[in-house]
Amino acid sequence: MADLEYLGLTRPQKALRRLAAFLTGLPGRLGRGLLGLLRALGRLARGAWHELRDLALTFMEGDWKTRTSFFIMGFGSIARGQVMRGLLFLLFQAVFLLYMLFFGGAYLAKWGTLGDVETTRQGRVTVYGDNSFLILLYGVLTLFFVLAFLYTWRVNVRQNRISQRLQQAGKPLKTAREDVAALADSQFHKTLLALPTLGIFLFTIVPIVFMVLVAFTNYDYNHQPPGKLFTWVGLSNFRTMLSAGSANYGSTFSQVLLWTLIWAFFATFLNYFLGMMVAIMINKKGIRLKKLWRTILVMTIAIPQFVSLLYVSKMFAADGLINSYLMKWGWISEALPFWTNPTWARVTIIVINIWIGIPYLMLIATGILMNIPADLYESARIDGANAVQMYGKITLPYMLFVTGPYLLTSFIGNINNFNVIFLLSGGGPMSMELGGNAGYTDLLITWLYKMTVNNTDYKMAAVIGIIVFVVTALINVVVYNMIPSVKHEEDFQ
Amino acid sequence: MAKRDAIPEVETYIDHQAGVIREVQPPAPRSKKAAERRANRAIYTALVIISVVWLAPFLFLVLQSFRSYLTEDGGMVSYLVPKAFSLDNYRFLFEDGRYLRWYTNTLTIALFVSVLQTGMVLSVSYVLSRMRFRGRRFIMNMILVLGMFPGFLTLIALYFLLKQFGLTQEGAIPGLILIYVASSGMGYYISKGFFDTIPKSLDESARIDGATRFYVFRRIIMPLSKPIVIYTILMGFMAPWGDYVFASYVAFGKSDSYNVAVGLYRWVNTLDFQGYFTRFCAGGVLVAIPITILFFLLQRYYVEGVTGGAVKG
Repeated sequence: MADLEYLGLTRPQKALRRLAAFLTGLPGRLGRGLLGLLRALGRLARGAWHELRDLALTFMEGDWKTRTSFFIMGFGSIARGQVMRGLLFLLFQAVFLLYMLFFGGAYLAKWGTLGDVETTRQGRVTVYGDNSFLILLYGVLTLFFVLAFLYTWRVNVRQNRISQRLQQAGKPLKTAREDVAALADSQFHKTLLALPTLGIFLFTIVPIVFMVLVAFTNYDYNHQPPGKLFTWVGLSNFRTMLSAGSANYGSTFSQVLLWTLIWAFFATFLNYFLGMMVAIMINKKGIRLKKLWRTILVMTIAIPQFVSLLYVSKMFAADGLINSYLMKWGWISEALPFWTNPTWARVTIIVINIWIGIPYLMLIATGILMNIPADLYESARIDGANAVQMYGKITLPYMLFVTGPYLLTSFIGNINNFNVIFLLSGGGPMSMELGGNAGYTDLLITWLYKMTVNNTDYKMAAVIGIIVFVVTALINVVVYNMIPSVKHEEDFQ
Repeated sequence: MAKRDAIPEVETYIDHQAGVIREVQPPAPRSKKAAERRANRAIYTALVIISVVWLAPFLFLVLQSFRSYLTEDGGMVSYLVPKAFSLDNYRFLFEDGRYLRWYTNTLTIALFVSVLQTGMVLSVSYVLSRMRFRGRRFIMNMILVLGMFPGFLTLIALYFLLKQFGLTQEGAIPGLILIYVASSGMGYYISKGFFDTIPKSLDESARIDGATRFYVFRRIIMPLSKPIVIYTILMGFMAPWGDYVFASYVAFGKSDSYNVAVGLYRWVNTLDFQGYFTRFCAGGVLVAIPITILFFLLQRYYVEGVTGGAVKG
């Protein structure tokens, strides 16, 4: 009955009903989420218990080779004839101990305060004290190293258990040659992933963890190592960023966040629909020179943005070509404030972004439009549908269905669309009403950049970074569940 | 669903349609053709306007690059067509040395990145597409989460990390290559999507015949993956030309280590380079020409990559 009732409603009523269903469903969904979290925690605890029991069993049931391996890694492997494996374990342990003793340990020990020996000047000589930056950075590295050591140690113990069992059953152990050969076959993923993982770890994970931690310190222009120390300050940076008042960034932040979302909305959807329209025009039957039109549009993709956008930005400047010619022709008496009036600047950026964005959408839409079954249009035409109706009932739903995930990534990408804003307006126009050097067209990401480079206010940059992460994650989670074409990964294969 | 099919709305819809058809006389073939022609004419008009808008800035850029900074004016002026065409700006670029240096820097970076990054991306995407092992899901989720952090967050951390190895300022070129390549494995989505479309039965039958994973990768998958390899190389080659943020931060005021983006940005946006606008235009043209030619030569692969990526998400 409910279904029939629903179908009898008008469109706005239907939308309202859906919204209500979404909202009333929210507590249930949250509850399920919490339950899932609890279950995951339970699994984690069970896993930890399992590991501990396994360790104890390995030790109790182990022979002397296995037991020694608990303290000297790789000992068991060497004693059982797997010399190469054993030596690698041993080497890792040696490196780890040396590292902790002579390098990492000292940094980790000072992690609580991030250093307390001030840099002083004695006469003309500067005596350097602790360097908070390095303590934090190497502390993070050391922490990861410790985790890696624990993991390797665990692998070493497990290997002993397996080898011991195999030997007791009278089966041969793998030789070094077999181990190496496996790296090209059953263990091929380890070979291929080794370098990428190391790269991502060193150049993405460590820096991100480091910067997330910086958000909880007072690292800024007044606390620059090596001259000055910085230390932990808890959540006070987040308070500064989010609360109102002249000393805080609250009002600036809400202004920037709002504009970021408005920008991302227009940059995504305006380009989407206009790009689709252009694609439909080019692909219409009977239109010639399809390739030429496409090639012309694609120029903006081919030419590096710092050339095209910087040039266009100058075209719209107060003394740029557009204003000059409009004045010369007598259409205006003074320069249009493309980059100096907040609203003008925002609209100009969105419009210029169409110039950059349409070609991508045109390419994507062209591919998809060709996949729409032609008989759909044929039968619609027989039923007497006109072009607009066919667009609304066939083309648009199909496009939306297929490109749902793309719209999501593109929205997120536009939230972080640094180039367009930075090269066009540089975030300006600036204003005394905005704090932290922000301008009226600054996105969170360009503001972050200014905080880092111009203000050297690293703690606030880190706070913005975390907020961008939270916003992105939230949008992802909410939207991902609403997209119809999100299928299980394996479905594509 | 069954209930929904049996709704009265469908019937009214059909009634409505019938009404429309009855009212409108079936048009004669001639006038239908005329309407079609009119529609096409409108589309052609729109396309011509669009083309003009799209090409105008590039045309202007080229025109202004021919305005001499010596005899006419190197800054921003209120007219478009130079009074006299001259190659002074281009001559300056070649004789000054700075621009050539930036150009070679960027070219070096782009060449290295395109090769190394392709290796990284293909490794990761092949493994994630083809092999099933413990921790695979974890890696994919990890990359997803890491990707939600804004890229420039790690600017200072990376800078000081590179500085420890002497890879900033004078050493900025290898430093930048390292930065671009190191995390490039995270951009595996598009090529994984491509690998997913190659039937798994190919691998399996080879494996039954005793081929190792490495052999399958090298001899079976790679030869089939030419489009995606070219796409990845193209992307790796084009990206470094446009990077301003990392390039300017790592070079840190050391003009010899700039790439073209940083150098030209300074020429056009710094006050002490006021008269450099036309030289910026000339420099931009020299960057745009080879990249555009390369792009159009390989356009087919680019389109394949972009559309594939959009549909797979």
